[in-house]
Amino acid sequence: MRSETLGRDIMNPDLSHNVVRLSEVTKVFKMGNNVVEALKGVNFSIKAGEYISIMGPSGSGKSTLFNMIGALDKPSTGRVFIDEVDVAQLDAYELAWLRCRKIGYIFQTFNLIQVMTAIENVTLPMIFAGMSRDEYMEKGMVLLRLVGLAERCHHKPSELSGGQQQRVAVARALANDPAIILADEPTGNLDLSTGEEIIALLKQLSTERKVTIISATHDIKMLNVSDRVVWIRDGRIDRVEERDKLKISIGQVA
Amino acid sequence: MVKISFNSIRVRFFRSLITTLTLALAVAFVSFTWSGYELLNAFFPHADGTVQAGILAGGYELENGRFGAGAKDQWLVILSLLVCVVGIVNAQLMAVTERFREIGTFKCLGALDSFVVRIFVLESIYQGLFGGFVGGLAGVLIATGSFLFRAGWICLACWPPGSMLLTVAGTTLLAVVLSLLGAIYPALVAAKMQPAIALRNEE
Repeated sequence: MRSETLGRDIMNPDLSHNVVRLSEVTKVFKMGNNVVEALKGVNFSIKAGEYISIMGPSGSGKSTLFNMIGALDKPSTGRVFIDEVDVAQLDAYELAWLRCRKIGYIFQTFNLIQVMTAIENVTLPMIFAGMSRDEYMEKGMVLLRLVGLAERCHHKPSELSGGQQQRVAVARALANDPAIILADEPTGNLDLSTGEEIIALLKQLSTERKVTIISATHDIKMLNVSDRVVWIRDGRIDRVEERDKLKISIGQVA
Repeated sequence: MVKISFNSIRVRFFRSLITTLTLALAVAFVSFTWSGYELLNAFFPHADGTVQAGILAGGYELENGRFGAGAKDQWLVILSLLVCVVGIVNAQLMAVTERFREIGTFKCLGALDSFVVRIFVLESIYQGLFGGFVGGLAGVLIATGSFLFRAGWICLACWPPGSMLLTVAGTTLLAVVLSLLGAIYPALVAAKMQPAIALRNEE
């Protein structure tokens, strides 16, 4: 039941509702006797269909914030809501469901499974979602075609270039039609032109599929395509810049 | 980039081979000790006097007409078991701990904890079966070879196929159980971890 209603949300996103909402989120890491406050009370909400860039120097809490939004780690205090559901209230099964269908992850280090081929990597989330073999093989090929790697579907990550690996990771992130794509420095390990390709691909997804894109980055190229840029400094939100108001209004009409 | 990842997959292949090899070696020691006594008990009564004297002079002790029951022999069996336990559990602990990041990735893609644990249980069973069987067989062969050298053809004539098969089966089971033991603990720890922490681990 629940998956059906959420599935409809993805097909027809209600642009006014908050996909992600953070309320007074803090995160403290204990390293021996040192206590590091990575996040010091972050309040922020992200609307469906937005393209958000989280910018900030390294060590500013960018990746920690990314992990909080993606339900990959628990905040020390405060709450994280995804689709207005408090992540802390979810049990292990529901969390796995959320990570599987609701969110697609892209990492700086690609994090592809090295022993699997491109198509196996892309279909893995669909296997977890319980699709049949015919379904996931067909959809896997569609996704690989979308990122332009259909003819390399039986190559292992080690036989692909960095940009190609990241494109496989993008295809994998799209496997279960997530409402949110979280990208942690997606261009960090790529050269200039491949980085631009990935950014263009993300932008295309955001405009064509109305996927919410949230990316932690310090790549200036990301700014040009973002709807909003969030600057993080010392574990707090420094400022939020609306890069292009026109773009947001067009997005809302569409 | 391609080179680094290519290397990582090659490392994984050899790594798995090394884990299995460690299993096989640890089991071979146990199997050698066990099957040695089995073989000795089987052919000793049929051997002629000089061979019997030679074996007793070689350090084997008869206890109530059987070998392997004396305090020294019992210690040898316990010692070989200990080496086997430590060797296998350590090999699996290391092999699984290395793959925390892969586990984190699985969890990001929506894998349940039970799925992660199941994968590692299956892998360790395969490795245990293969390593245990190869090791058990090697132990039996080495024991047979060494007594062939010491006592001559008599040990082949009285070779006990039943108890030898039992030894190989027993040591294989031992390898599977121990390799499971060594793999399940880190896999459980990793599966229960927050994915962000598992992903932070270096590959």
